[in-house]
Amino acid sequence: MGALVASTLNIQAQKFFTKDGTIRFFSNAKLEKIEATNNKASIVYDPASGAIEIASVIKGFVFENAFMGEHFNETYMESTKFPKANFKGKLENPSAVNVTKAGTYKAKVVGELTMHGVTKPVSTDATFVVGGGKIDTDAKFNIKASDYGVNIPGDKSENISNVIEISCKSSLTELKK
Amino acid sequence: MHFNVPTILKTGLIASALFLFQVLHAQQDTTDLLSLLGEDEPTRDFTIATFKSTRVINMQSIEGVAAGHLDFRISHRFGTINSGAGDLWGLDQAYMRLGLEYGVNDRLMVGIGRSNVNKEIDSFIKYKIIRQSSGLKNVPVSISWFSSMVVRTTPFANPDRSNYFSSRLYYCHQLLIARKMDEALSIQVAPTLVHRNLVADSTQQNDIYAIGIGGRYKITKRSSFNAEWVAVPGSQLDPTYKNSLSIGFDIETGGHVFQLHFTNSKPMNEKGFITETTGDWKEGDIQFGFNISRIFSVVKPKVKPQE
Repeated sequence: MGALVASTLNIQAQKFFTKDGTIRFFSNAKLEKIEATNNKASIVYDPASGAIEIASVIKGFVFENAFMGEHFNETYMESTKFPKANFKGKLENPSAVNVTKAGTYKAKVVGELTMHGVTKPVSTDATFVVGGGKIDTDAKFNIKASDYGVNIPGDKSENISNVIEISCKSSLTELKK
Repeated sequence: MHFNVPTILKTGLIASALFLFQVLHAQQDTTDLLSLLGEDEPTRDFTIATFKSTRVINMQSIEGVAAGHLDFRISHRFGTINSGAGDLWGLDQAYMRLGLEYGVNDRLMVGIGRSNVNKEIDSFIKYKIIRQSSGLKNVPVSISWFSSMVVRTTPFANPDRSNYFSSRLYYCHQLLIARKMDEALSIQVAPTLVHRNLVADSTQQNDIYAIGIGGRYKITKRSSFNAEWVAVPGSQLDPTYKNSLSIGFDIETGGHVFQLHFTNSKPMNEKGFITETTGDWKEGDIQFGFNISRIFSVVKPKVKPQE
């Protein structure tokens, strides 16, 4: 009986994490498609409460053209002032994902995204693939740059879209304390 | 197995206490899950964009072209403003340098350019020795080394004597030391040596020592005010030659940087504006000019996507 309690407890307290999640954003403007990838996002997922937190360093986004990256950091994201972007949220229904049983689960994630010093609510449907001791996650959502105080000047509106698609992929493993 | 009542009770009590603890614990955790990963490993945070361009105005800045990128530069100076209305205040004349400059890696850049002033071809290397950074390693300044060689291709002034190809050559070496003081202000000093293989007469020195001082102040996110002064101390040069002084603006638009300025220097390569500037600011003997820099990405950076 004691062992049973302990093992349940263990599953309950289990957290999953990664330090090299991929966050990619994509701007599809009339004249130009711009894409950047960050492979160093930190993600922690707590299946018991359904809570998810994500953090990424803005300077860690890599662009095809280094000049774009410089503009992104200097002009738009002001990454010296606002070095990180954070997401703090949870599964709308924490039991939608069963981390003890292999399978593919869909769950709605709701939370708040903070970047460039502005916090806004975001929500999206995410996929969780449980199996082989890990959880692969995949989510995609759109944000408006202007919502976060990132203003794209009029003469750039054909090069940079105000609507930015953000995708987040990761492979989470158990966090051992 | 056999349980007596007190044992069951005891187990139940412990279980519920554990359960309660776990609930409380879980609630506590949701407030900051990321802290479970521990403190971020400190990283070395390199200072970016000390200057928007590889030039302050005429003078080289500590910046290089990013690795795998090609910078096509058009530098243009009109005639002197005091040439009057007949020459449309100098706009009738054009002095230019066309340059192709490439970032070999994050530290090394190489470039080649051709100026119509004295029909000169210059080639140079610039290497970032030290990069300003904070975080894991605190480095207060960036230091780059710059070396160039210029070939003057105009006919020799005195064709009757025996002239050597080496007489066409000029060299410039600079140590560029810059600090981005804050988001807006960056300053640079540049101890400089120019060597001329051939000079006009025996009163002229072959080696000229100079010091460049420059800086930029950001006015908006995409524009800055720039100024630079390259002083040749003492009487190393003939009094006809003045110190190069330039003021201007950098305007950044997407893949271009426009640099607009007023300068008393016509030549656009280093040995030129350092030792052959003839314009005098006091007489209005200055010209309007611009540099346009267009950056192309040649080698795409590899980003390892997660499958």
